[in-house]
Amino acid sequence: METNTLDISLKDRMISLFEDKKDQIFKNDIKPVSALRNEAFEAFTKMGFPHTKMEKWRSTSLEETLAKDYNFRIEGAPRQTNVEKIFECEIPDFDTYMVAQLNGWYVYRKAPLRTLPNGTIVGSLAQAMQEYPELISKHYGKYADYNENGLTALNTAFAQDGIFIYVPDGVEVEKPLQMVNIIDSDENLFIQSRNLVIMGKNSKLTLLQCDDSVHHRYTFLNALTEVYVDENSTLDHYKLQNKDDSSTLINNVYLHQEANSNVTTNAITLNGGLIRNDTHVTLNGRNCTANVYGLYLVDREQHVDNHVFIDHATPDSYSNEQFKGILDDSSSAVFNGHILVRKDSQHTNAYQNNKNILLTDKATVDTQPFLEIYADDVKCSHGATVGQLDQQAMFYIRSRGISKENARMLLMYAFTAEVVNKISIENLRERIDDMVKKRLRGELSICDQCVLHCNHPEKELKFNIDMTKI
Amino acid sequence: MLSIKNLSVSIEGKQILKKLNLEVEKGEVHAIMGPNGTGKSTLASIIAGRDFFDIDEGEVFYKGQNLLEMDPEERAREGIFLGFQYPVEIPGVSMNNFLRTALNEQRKYHGLDPMSASDFIARMEEKKKMLDMQSNLTKRSVNEGFSGGEKKKNEIFQMAVLEPQLAILDETDSGLDIDALKIVANGVNKLRKPDNSTIVITHYQRLLDYIIPDVVHVLYDGRIVKTGGKELALELEEKGYEWLKEHAY
Ligand SMILES: Nc1ncnc2c1ncn2[C@@H]1O[C@H](COP(=O)(O)OP(=O)(O)O)[C@@H](O)[C@H]1O
Ligand SMILES: [Mg+2]
Repeated sequence: METNTLDISLKDRMISLFEDKKDQIFKNDIKPVSALRNEAFEAFTKMGFPHTKMEKWRSTSLEETLAKDYNFRIEGAPRQTNVEKIFECEIPDFDTYMVAQLNGWYVYRKAPLRTLPNGTIVGSLAQAMQEYPELISKHYGKYADYNENGLTALNTAFAQDGIFIYVPDGVEVEKPLQMVNIIDSDENLFIQSRNLVIMGKNSKLTLLQCDDSVHHRYTFLNALTEVYVDENSTLDHYKLQNKDDSSTLINNVYLHQEANSNVTTNAITLNGGLIRNDTHVTLNGRNCTANVYGLYLVDREQHVDNHVFIDHATPDSYSNEQFKGILDDSSSAVFNGHILVRKDSQHTNAYQNNKNILLTDKATVDTQPFLEIYADDVKCSHGATVGQLDQQAMFYIRSRGISKENARMLLMYAFTAEVVNKISIENLRERIDDMVKKRLRGELSICDQCVLHCNHPEKELKFNIDMTKI
Repeated sequence: MLSIKNLSVSIEGKQILKKLNLEVEKGEVHAIMGPNGTGKSTLASIIAGRDFFDIDEGEVFYKGQNLLEMDPEERAREGIFLGFQYPVEIPGVSMNNFLRTALNEQRKYHGLDPMSASDFIARMEEKKKMLDMQSNLTKRSVNEGFSGGEKKKNEIFQMAVLEPQLAILDETDSGLDIDALKIVANGVNKLRKPDNSTIVITHYQRLLDYIIPDVVHVLYDGRIVKTGGKELALELEEKGYEWLKEHAY
C-alpha cells in the first residue's frame, strides 16, 4: 500500500508510482506490452488527466474526484474471502458463464485461464500474456489509442490484469459471458482494469459487463476494453452500471469491426456517482452494423456522460445511436455523438438520437451531435430533446382515475421502454425491465454483490401496473 | 348531480368563464353549444380537474362534494369522465395497460379487488364490439398514430369501459363521418341510465339528432346566455350564432 500525500497532485503521484514500482508493474509483461507501457507513460506525462477546457470534457469535471486521497494496489492479490460469494452471483433462470474481477484483479476458483469445450478461452489477461503471447501481440493496444486520451494512456501504462476472451473462428458461444467488475474496499482506491476480447471470423458472442461497487469509499475505476470483431461475426454487448455515489467509473470501450460484422452495445446506467462511458467504434470493413444504445436513470448529484465516436472508415455501413435518460434532483448528463464519415465511405447510414426528461429544474443535460462528414452519398440524421414529463399526458392519464404517482411511472416507464426493448435476451430484458421499474419507484438499492441482485433478491415488487402485454 | 354557481375562471389574467351557472340532475342529458373560443372546453377541463386555470370565484359541487378541492384522479374515481376534444397520444403505453390500470385503481378506491385478466378482456371485447372498434386498437399505444375518427371513438370506448356517472363529451362528434357519428351516439345512448348524466358539448346540431338532450344551453363569451329544450338547438342551427349576439348582454 502506498502512503498518501494530498498536497501532491494525483498526476505526480501516478508518475512517481510508475517509476518506483516499475518492476512490479512490468512483472507479467511480454515485450510488446512493456514497450506500450513506456510509450503510454510518456503520453500520460505530457497529457495528464482530461479537464474541462477540452471540448469533449467540457461538461464532465474530474477535478473533485481526482482530488480524493486514493490508494493503489500494484501487487493486488485478490481478497480470497470474497471469491466464493462472488461466484454465487448467478442470475436466476439465466444461464451464464461468469468471470469476475475484484478491485481490478481477476478472481478464480480453479484456473486463471480456461478453455471451454468449444475452444473459447476465458480468463485472466495477465495469464493470457504468458500463455497466448501471439494473440496478445496481435491485438493488445491496437485499438485503444493512448495518444488521444490521458485516461487511455494511464490505463495502458498501469493496467496489469483484467479479462481476456478469445472466441475462435466459427464458434457461436451459446451462454452469455458475464463479466462482473466488483469494487470492494475499505479504503479509497484507484483501479486500472483492462479487458481484451477477440472474436474470430463467423463467431458469435453475448457479453454482459456489470459494474458494481460496494463500500462507500471513494473509488476511481479506469477501465478499458478492447474488442476485435472479425468478419461476419456478431456481438451483443451490455453494460450494466449500478454504482454508489462515491464512485467514479471511466469506461473506455474500443470496438473494432471488420466486414459484415454486427455489434450491438447497450449501456444501462441505473446509479453512479460519476460515470463516463466512451464508446469508440471503428467500422473497418463493408456492410458493418453498429447499434449503440444507452439508458441512464440518475438522481441526487449523480453524473453520467456518454460519449460515442463512430468512425465510418469504409463504405456501405450502418450505425445507429439511441440514448435516453431521466434525470431527477440535481443530477446531470452529457451526450456527445461524434460521427466521422471518411471521404471514401459512400453509402453510409448513420443515425443518432438522444432524448432526456428532466424531473426538476436543477437537473441538467448537455447534449451535442458532432458530425464530420467527408463523403457525399450519405444518409445521416440526428436529433436531441430535453423536456419535462408531458403535462397534457399527465392530466389525460389522471383524468381516467390513475394516481399522479402511477401516471408519472407510466410515462417514465414508457419512455425507457424503447431502449429496454432492444435487449434481445428475454430473461435479461425482463430482469432489467424490473430493475428499471424499481429504479423509477426509488426502490432500487445498490446490491451487495452484482448488479443483478442475485445474492440478495429484493422483496417482490408491488407494482400495480401490469406492464406485460395481456 | 352537478351544481355550478357563479363560476369565474381566468387564465393569465384573461377572463374566460364569467359567473357561469349550471345545474345537471341525475339521469339528464345536457347539450352545451356555442361558437369557438367561448369557453366550452375550459368548462369541461375545470370539471375534470385541469389545474392551470385560476378560479376567481364560484363553486362546483358534484354529488354534494366540493369538486374544486379534489384531484383529477379522485374525480374520475367518483365517476366523472371527460372525453377530450383533443385526445393525447401516449407513446409506449398500451391501451390495455392504460385501461386496466385505470379500472383497477378505480376499483381499489371503491374497495373492490382488481379485475381478473379474463374478466378484463371480456369487458374490452364487449365494448369494442358495441362500438364497432378495430380489435387491435387496444394493443397499440394510447392514441398513438390513431386517425381523428379513431381517437374520438377511443374516447367513447374508454367511457364505455370505465362506466362513469357523469360523462362530459367535448366535441366528440367533430371530424366524424355520419357512420362514425351514429356509432358514437349509439354508444352514448346505450350508457344512458337513470343514475347517469351526460354533458354533450357540440358545435353542430346534427349530433343532437341522435343523442336527444333534455336540456340545451348556449355558451357565449364565458356565460350561459340561453337555456331551453331540444328545440333550442334547432333554432340555433337555423339562425346561426350571430343571432345570439343580440341576446348576449
Ligand atoms: N391553455 C390556454 N392558454 C391560454 N388561453 C387559453 C388556453 N386554453 C383556452 N384559452 C382561451 O380561452 C378561451 C376559451 O377557449 P376554449 O375553452 O377552448 O373554447 P371552446 O372550447 O369553446 O372553443 C379562448 O379564447 C382560448 O384562446
Ligand atoms: Mg373546445
